[in-house]
Amino acid sequence: MRYMAKNIAVIGDSESIKGFCAIGLDIYPCDSGEECAHLLRRIADSDSYAVIFLTEELFGQVEKERSRYEERLTPAIIPIPGVKGNTGIGVKRLLSFVEQAVGSDIIFND
Amino acid sequence: MAIMNVNPTRMQLSKLKKQLTTAVRGHKMLKDKRDELMRQFLDLVKEARQLRDKVESELASCNAHFVNASAVMSKQALDASLMSPKQQVTLEVGSHNIMSVETPVFTSSTRTSDEGDIFPYGFAFTSFELDDAVMSLQRLLPDLIKLAQLEKNCEMMSAEIEKTRRRVNSLEHVMIPRYRDTIKYISMKLEENDRSSRTRLMKVKDMLLDKAHNYSGH
Repeated sequence: MRYMAKNIAVIGDSESIKGFCAIGLDIYPCDSGEECAHLLRRIADSDSYAVIFLTEELFGQVEKERSRYEERLTPAIIPIPGVKGNTGIGVKRLLSFVEQAVGSDIIFND
Repeated sequence: MAIMNVNPTRMQLSKLKKQLTTAVRGHKMLKDKRDELMRQFLDLVKEARQLRDKVESELASCNAHFVNASAVMSKQALDASLMSPKQQVTLEVGSHNIMSVETPVFTSSTRTSDEGDIFPYGFAFTSFELDDAVMSLQRLLPDLIKLAQLEKNCEMMSAEIEKTRRRVNSLEHVMIPRYRDTIKYISMKLEENDRSSRTRLMKVKDMLLDKAHNYSGH
């Protein structure tokens, strides 16, 4: 097993993410989807981050960029709710994994 | 009935029989792999879902704390207090092999030895709401990292399951029936050739007997 030391990045609107700065994560304030796409590509390709948290709002806007990193071990790109509240993208994403694997939604259809 | 484009010879027949056994064995193994992957995947997804629900609700309360803090403090003061972190979190990335799927394992470590040493500001000019907010976010961090790991695992496993499922289906519904049909076709063709040469021989024998002894077999 090989080990690499990497950091955690948070991308989102500055209101949602400034708290993460205080606890020692790297933050990248960003407001538009286009800006976020560039930013994501830059920091994901730099290969110094193991996890990149994106606010849900931006997460939905950078689908194309995200798909480039799906097959790779790192970075893990994970949606988190911002100050504007929870849009349910995170759970929907899990659901889409189940659908991809099983062929239909068998767990969450309650 | 779909058969392959091959010559109906004994060589081909034995080759195809060998390929069929390999395909059947491969199919069985891939099916087992798929079932085991699926079992582990469903456990992972359930765990990830629970953790996500928890993290999302706690994150919402963290955000509420921050909103409260920003209500009591000026924006500049708030930013100044937060923007010079004392702590730096690094992740050790290892890998773990689940049924040939390489998945990441994250272990976190902090720059200073005391994990609780988080407040990057003096307490004199900040509100206690901010302390609450930072503290609850700090407590949430291990869960966030765990969630990231779980969801990445789910993502990678679902891709692998899809691939394996396709392979299993293509073996089960396309490759194996095609091998079976072709083998059947070749063996029938060979038997047919066999019968036709046998009747031809019998006919020739009759003709020879007839010629030599004026004697008919019937």
